[in-house]
Amino acid sequence: MAEGEAFLRMRGIGKSFSGTSVLKDVDLDVTGGEVHAVVGENGAGKSTLMKIAAGVYQPDAGEIVVEGTRHRFPRPVDAISAGIAMIYQELNLAPHLTVAENIFLGREPKRAGFVLDASRLRSESRRLIEDHRFDLRPDDRVLALSAGQRQLVEILKALAANSRLIIMDEPTSSISEAEAEELFRIIDMLRDAGVSVVYISHRLEEVKRIADRITVLRDGEKVAEGENADFDIPTIVRHMVGREITEFYPPREAEIGAVVLSVKGLSRGTAFRSVSFDLKAGEVVGMAGLVGAGRTEVAEAVFGARPAERGDVLLDGSTVDISSPGQAVRRCIGLLTEDRKRTGLCLNLPVSWNQTLANLGAVVDRFTIRGRKEQEVAQGFIDRLDIRGARPGRAAGLLSGGNQQKVVIARWLFRDCRVLLFDEPTRGIDVGAKRDVYQLINELAAEGKAVLFISSELPELLGMCDRVLVMHEGRIVADVRAKETTAEEVMHYAAVGRVEA
Amino acid sequence: MKDKIKGILPFVGLALLCIVLSVVTDKFLTVRNLSNVLRRSAPVVIMSTGMTFVIVSGGIDLSVGSVLALAGVCGTMAMSACPSAGLMGGLLAAVLVGGLCGAVNGALTVALRIPSFIATLGMMSIARGVALMVTHEVPVTENLPESFVTFGTGSLFGVLPWPLVVMLCVVIAGAFLMRYTPLGRYTYAIGSNREAAYHSGIAVSRYSIIIYTLAGLLTGLAGLIVMARLNSGQPTEGVGMELTVIAAVVIGGGSLSGGEGTILGAVVGALLMAVLLNGCVLLGVSHNVQKLVIGGLIIAAVALDQYLRRRGAAD
Repeated sequence: MAEGEAFLRMRGIGKSFSGTSVLKDVDLDVTGGEVHAVVGENGAGKSTLMKIAAGVYQPDAGEIVVEGTRHRFPRPVDAISAGIAMIYQELNLAPHLTVAENIFLGREPKRAGFVLDASRLRSESRRLIEDHRFDLRPDDRVLALSAGQRQLVEILKALAANSRLIIMDEPTSSISEAEAEELFRIIDMLRDAGVSVVYISHRLEEVKRIADRITVLRDGEKVAEGENADFDIPTIVRHMVGREITEFYPPREAEIGAVVLSVKGLSRGTAFRSVSFDLKAGEVVGMAGLVGAGRTEVAEAVFGARPAERGDVLLDGSTVDISSPGQAVRRCIGLLTEDRKRTGLCLNLPVSWNQTLANLGAVVDRFTIRGRKEQEVAQGFIDRLDIRGARPGRAAGLLSGGNQQKVVIARWLFRDCRVLLFDEPTRGIDVGAKRDVYQLINELAAEGKAVLFISSELPELLGMCDRVLVMHEGRIVADVRAKETTAEEVMHYAAVGRVEA
Repeated sequence: MKDKIKGILPFVGLALLCIVLSVVTDKFLTVRNLSNVLRRSAPVVIMSTGMTFVIVSGGIDLSVGSVLALAGVCGTMAMSACPSAGLMGGLLAAVLVGGLCGAVNGALTVALRIPSFIATLGMMSIARGVALMVTHEVPVTENLPESFVTFGTGSLFGVLPWPLVVMLCVVIAGAFLMRYTPLGRYTYAIGSNREAAYHSGIAVSRYSIIIYTLAGLLTGLAGLIVMARLNSGQPTEGVGMELTVIAAVVIGGGSLSGGEGTILGAVVGALLMAVLLNGCVLLGVSHNVQKLVIGGLIIAAVALDQYLRRRGAAD
């Protein structure tokens, strides 16, 4: 196939789920050896469109043409045999099997038709790994690998199936920055080898960096498509949200008051050592660092979820003993965890139940939960936080990511926490919801709450915080004023630690 | 909407079954027959109430059949040894022993982090062993008070069998606890997402122990009812009963992965099985075929549930 000719051509794709239209007449062309980014807010239809290309969903309308031939993909395996592989957000590997076994899962080399050829399985895996210079060993079990390494296994699995197009759904959302760099190198390598990549992401900086072409979806329709060079980030954002976001990080008018929470010499094993910092009323303090630097662990220790071994936590100047989340919640300290599906929400339970969970006593009267009062509280937060698609009685899991996040935030607002620890509050949520979260953090600061804001996105830390603490290998190595620093400086501290003068 | 359909399905099933049996047999719709069916199903319904808490919280209790026997014989032995304590003394002893077994189950799962399936499997064997040891494998029949017999076979105002009265009180209290109190709410939260419940400040360990203890208390109560009907303490009673109780919760919409299920659903699940068995007897269906029918009901109920879930998943 000649360079530049369309490998995959999707025409007029339409899809609806139980009467709700999620894709309307969408076209997408992916040429051989191009990196094509598909961007859009959550719920814009990016993943649905690509799952249609991968045979997970069947389109209601439209056609799929691969290398000039019309195809139907009733099952994912049909897409794979046509050369299209998809790597999902939740990776699909068998954790107890080895790297080599996963790469050739379902296509194991065999002897005499049915005996597994273990030595060929390993040698071919080793050859694939070495060809791509991946940091993997064929005999390692997948469960022992990091998220980034698992992704590499998925890529090899796709390559072993002779895939010509690899779809990656939010590939950098769960891996470290170093692993992301490695992924970008691999994507370049795939492009050079003539393999196309469709890259679904929220992180527009990444998209600008690696994409050849960009398609923007909004509310199930294609609103823009073009060469990477035709777009700058504000333009992409405008297409995504359908409105101009002039001031992305809203300004804050908060008086910074007295120290509320003070952490002194907090340590636990190798996770973090001698961590000390203060949070003042009305202050938003950022926490930067690479994945594994110990940021989440510090927040969990302050919250009592995994207590520290040494060190003190002081609230209003006096030492407090917090050895369980229950004690933290009673003292009005809230933690918004980084993984809302795993540690944040009860997905099958109603929105209202999720919102009142940390302060159920406030809707209990004489040992009885007052249903009407609870409904009113829930509806109040749904209105105040603009939680779209939510009704108090609707299951939380039915909401989109950004709106789920608002449900968890409402839980801590209802608790009226004085100290809020926000761990990656904008991860995996769309641009509009991000802006709402920023606005909300500002409102909390204006009310005199102290906010710790952990994030891996430096622009938002610099845009939102008063100060930024930088962690490196379990220690705080820098405490810089957000207005007086640059992303480069913070990244330098995060990546190499304190440089001795 | 689909949740509502799912919620009323067991009720519809039970109603249809009752209508069919009323038409095809002339003995089903009689006070005597219905009163017997309810009296006999009271222990299972009472245990299903406790089991609903355990299953909704994401656990399982395999020990209830054995704990029923142990608590039942302990209650009977208490009355036998100390007749002046009367029925109340027996009830207290049975409920305490049952509650203790439940508390141990809860502590094993929480403190030693043993999966509830394994912890209660161990308790199932231990409780049965202790029940056989304390009775020397001989039923307890001596010195039992008259009130014990009345409790098993008599009626309130001559119409409401005592086991049925106890059952109604337990079901109403259990449904209230589940729906309207923090205990019930936390039970759902823990079963739906234990980590999220913990990170919301809920004392997950303490509530888990309370839940297993509650199941044990109710099992003890059911134990004395069973022994009263037999007018003796039988250490071999309740073998396999845990499966009937679990089946009742599951037929009533409970999910073994936790976070789903209702007390009323479990009650209807238990009654559905009891009425189906009664129907089989009235229609002269052989004992062996009855087992096939119950097995089919369990599989059909869960298959239907899964089907509705798949239909609802795209929402």
